Amino acid sequence: MYAFEYHRPTSVKEAAGLAGQAEDTKFLAGGHTLLPTMKLRLAGPANLIDLGQIAELRGIERSGDTITIRAMMKHAEVANSPEVKEAIPALAEMAELIGDPHVRNRGTIGGSVANNDPSADYPAACLALNATIITNQRKIAADDFFQGIFTTALEEGEIITQVSFPIPSQAAYIKFRNPASRYALVGVFVAKHSDGVRVAVTGAGSNGVFRVPEMEQALSGNFAPEALDGVAVAEDEMNSDMHADAAYRAHLVGVMARRAVQAAATRG
Amino acid sequence: MTTVSLTVNGQSVTADVDPRTLLVQFLRENLRLTGTHVGCDTSQCGACVVHLNGQAVKSCTTLAVQANASVVTTIEGISQGGDLHPMQAAFREHHGLQCGYCTPGMIMSAIDIVNRKGNAVDEQTIRAELEGNLCRCTGYHNIVKAVAAGAQAMAQAPLQQAAE
Repeated sequence: MYAFEYHRPTSVKEAAGLAGQAEDTKFLAGGHTLLPTMKLRLAGPANLIDLGQIAELRGIERSGDTITIRAMMKHAEVANSPEVKEAIPALAEMAELIGDPHVRNRGTIGGSVANNDPSADYPAACLALNATIITNQRKIAADDFFQGIFTTALEEGEIITQVSFPIPSQAAYIKFRNPASRYALVGVFVAKHSDGVRVAVTGAGSNGVFRVPEMEQALSGNFAPEALDGVAVAEDEMNSDMHADAAYRAHLVGVMARRAVQAAATRG
Repeated sequence: MTTVSLTVNGQSVTADVDPRTLLVQFLRENLRLTGTHVGCDTSQCGACVVHLNGQAVKSCTTLAVQANASVVTTIEGISQGGDLHPMQAAFREHHGLQCGYCTPGMIMSAIDIVNRKGNAVDEQTIRAELEGNLCRCTGYHNIVKAVAAGAQAMAQAPLQQAAE
């Protein structure tokens, strides 16, 4: 790991101020992507701003038909939150599927969303649940936030403070894991909202997380697995690598989507 | 250099460290607590698992400075006097180790599993919860048996649980 200056602010304002003053900064959340990347010397920020001591980035609140999770909440905390389990059980279950227990004790929602790894789970949840990503500067709809592999709408020095999820009537997330890395080879999050169904896919797309309008349309008419008969995603937009080729991934999107609809409908 | 102050196995520790020092390096090289191992160094294998504020984490993927003001427990901190922790005793009794390299992480994870899932944790849950710990001797069968037995034994050892 290359040497860096370490900063430990205690407020979002102080963190943003540090990012404004210092050159070549990175924010450190749970560190479970950034630190391995730094160990491999693929990243070598001159300044590391640790968000771990900022109390205002901690907490989960339900307000009416919305669950708001602050950015430094860890995956294990989301998975075990009574509020999340009651309001959006699919989101708690998704958090429980990330990495392993130790990773879930460190990794955070803010870090995962900001990183937008093409195989990460949270981006699919945010897109399907029509979440709003709230930063220290503005509110960004999930549809506008995720802009391709490891790319988001975040500006330099902008800090995610919370993610707000409208509570759907039914939802489920089904993930086909790479047996070695445990990342999603294909993960499909399906959510039924009062104004229609949203389907988001992670792990499969060559340009990162994406929605499937054809599936959404079919499911908005009939929220049942058989509504997806004959609906397929295009192979040429799928990722292809040693773990799974594009045709296999495209096929898995359909299978995982059906299972997710089944799980969501069964939950009632 | 950055100052880090934390409690390790009940002792207060303050040190000036290069900020890039990993928690596992700090434990092994500064404090000479070499029971915590570095296996893969990529947060896969779990040989480096310690408890940070009571939760199992991978100390190869945590900076020492991130543990500032925290309470850390390592494999050296779980026995009481000369008595093994019930989970350590169960690993010995059930031959839950072959080469022993993964054992400190396995035991720290096992105690964390019992803390979260209870003393009656079943085999399927143990296997699922151990997914972040790799045994390259592939000695999982006896490890799972040891965790189940250790979980039961921890119910009979309230004092040691409280010390954890």
